[in-house]
Amino acid sequence: MTVLANIISLTVIFAVPLLLVALGGMYSEHSGVINLALEGIMVIGALCGCFLLRAFDQNGFGKAHPQVAMLLAILIAAAAGVAFSLLLAFAAINLKADQTIGGTALNIFAPAFAVVVTWAIQGQGQTTIQIPTWIKITQETFGFERTDGFFATLFFKYQYLTTPVAIILFIVAWLLMYKTKFGLRLRACGEHPQAADSVGINVYRMRYAGVMISGFLAGIGGLAYVIAVGSGFSSSVGGYGFLALAVMIFGNWKPFTILGSALIFALFKVIAAYNSSIPFLPKFEGLKDQSSLYQMLPYIVTMVVLVFTSKKSKAPKAEGIPYDKGSR
Amino acid sequence: MTKKKPLAENQMLISILASVISIAVGLLFGFILLLILNPSKAGVGMSAMLTTGFGSLDKFGKVLYQAAPLMLCGLSVGFAFKTGLFNIGASGQYTMGAFFALIGAIVLHLPWWACLLLSCVGGGIWGIFPGLFKALFNVNEVITSIMFNWIGMFLVNLLLANTPIMLASAWGASNSDRTADLNVANPSAIIPKAGLDKLFGNSPWINISVFIAIAVAILMWFILQKTTFGYELKACGLNKEASRYAGINANRNIILSMIIAGALSGLGGGLYYLAGTIQYVLEKSVLGMGFDGIPVALLANSHPIGTIFSSLFISYIKVGGSAMQPNFSSETINIIIAVIIYLAAFALLMRGVIMKLLKKLAGKADKEVSA
Repeated sequence: MTVLANIISLTVIFAVPLLLVALGGMYSEHSGVINLALEGIMVIGALCGCFLLRAFDQNGFGKAHPQVAMLLAILIAAAAGVAFSLLLAFAAINLKADQTIGGTALNIFAPAFAVVVTWAIQGQGQTTIQIPTWIKITQETFGFERTDGFFATLFFKYQYLTTPVAIILFIVAWLLMYKTKFGLRLRACGEHPQAADSVGINVYRMRYAGVMISGFLAGIGGLAYVIAVGSGFSSSVGGYGFLALAVMIFGNWKPFTILGSALIFALFKVIAAYNSSIPFLPKFEGLKDQSSLYQMLPYIVTMVVLVFTSKKSKAPKAEGIPYDKGSR
Repeated sequence: MTKKKPLAENQMLISILASVISIAVGLLFGFILLLILNPSKAGVGMSAMLTTGFGSLDKFGKVLYQAAPLMLCGLSVGFAFKTGLFNIGASGQYTMGAFFALIGAIVLHLPWWACLLLSCVGGGIWGIFPGLFKALFNVNEVITSIMFNWIGMFLVNLLLANTPIMLASAWGASNSDRTADLNVANPSAIIPKAGLDKLFGNSPWINISVFIAIAVAILMWFILQKTTFGYELKACGLNKEASRYAGINANRNIILSMIIAGALSGLGGGLYYLAGTIQYVLEKSVLGMGFDGIPVALLANSHPIGTIFSSLFISYIKVGGSAMQPNFSSETINIIIAVIIYLAAFALLMRGVIMKLLKKLAGKADKEVSA
């Protein structure tokens, strides 16, 4: 039973970054901008969040107020994500650049920038930023004693502030997209910007909003990824930004289906990362390096799923096309 | 007196100017970053980046050696661009090409040219998927390519780990995390040096690979400019619907174009790992060489002949980048490359500005002449 509790809680913690980043992608694409730069935005968010945590660890503030420090790190990661996403917004919206190439540029920029800055701050060769252990939420955080039963494992073995924050953000993201005037206008800009413009909606401003929200969510997602993996930040988020794009497509650009697909993908990621310690998985005796086999799994599943869903996909109609006022 | 074509309408000149400006801005950005990070060492770092490649014959040999796979990855990305596809999967195709070439060399004991052909096959097979998924299931080729980069890397790791004869440990070395040294396993699979090593002060890097790559670049130029097939591919890239209306089978062209693009990247992998100097190490993250094909293609505006020069440039600053350590991380080069790609994203806008400037200059010159 503890194995099951372990798997469930790990799945949740791995689903958090996928969910946040895929929701970010959803906001950007509903406004009409393909955000291929999610991976890069995650890296920048994680970089800033991890450095803040490191600073809090060194000056003692972190140990004294762990969850306040964590909340500040989340906010910094989000702010950094927004700032970095502005580069994509500027190129895609003002300069009407090719969004795929612009996104690729940011994806190459972010990890290189992270390595260079980490070198400069931590000294040469020190490419990993360690995550302090005090960020964890345990039973002791609430004044209880530590136990290790089924529910204790389920709720407290892998519990960080990012999980409740992600749940709140998910609800807010859904409400904002489907229950407000803003959400309706945003979606109009991704479906038919000319029509939106003709009723007085500022398409450029809405698209900026879409990309910035995606930067906000992807920045937090980057920090959540580093926490989920747990071995420190070494300038990479392991292709999670691209997996999140696949999650978004599989989720058909809708929040609740995105939540479901994020959980499914996270489960495959957990299987890939912990295959040797999960008892009921086939072990393929006689095969060397089985973990490579399991690590391929999430990507293969993505492809199979995309084959079956792409034909009837409900992608925003105007995504990827720069909006030109003159061509109305 | 024959009238010369006005400068402002010379597309070639405008493309070259746009690339030179992108490079200059990229380098400037890199320099400013170095100044912010470590002002006292910035000058040393920058000059290491910009002079190392020509600093010694050995380093120049390395520039040429690295330029060959870069050129092929650039040709691969550029060729796909011409058909309106973004081949971000050059990395996976490159890995597959390297794997096939090494199988040919170590397991099948084939000579080098046969191994290179195998590398094309390996890359081509990996190129089928993005094209096929796009044509049949309407899956965006960017997502497919990225997924197959990862699948390819893990698959090659898995296959190598389970083919003990491929690993260095089977050939008298102690490490099992990389493939066998070709000098031990099969010297006939090493790409010949044709006496170039003597010319380059016994540089271990130099061989005929850069000439093979240049020959392929010229071949690609011929296919795109002088054949019906190339014309159809370009038509698909410019307007898929219109070319379909004109009776061109767009789906067939998408798949074929991706297979050729894959074969080009695959050949790049073969050229890099059959030199006998570098062994394939079992990787944990996707190889960067394929991604470097993107700036190579963008700087050359996807023109095959331009790719020759842009790959030499990228290879040159990459060799310089390693010389910047330990003051700065060699990743600084990737920041510069990213800036260059970012600028290329709005190349159209930049070309427009350059055209206007040239027109203005020409207008001034005309006035002066008439006055």
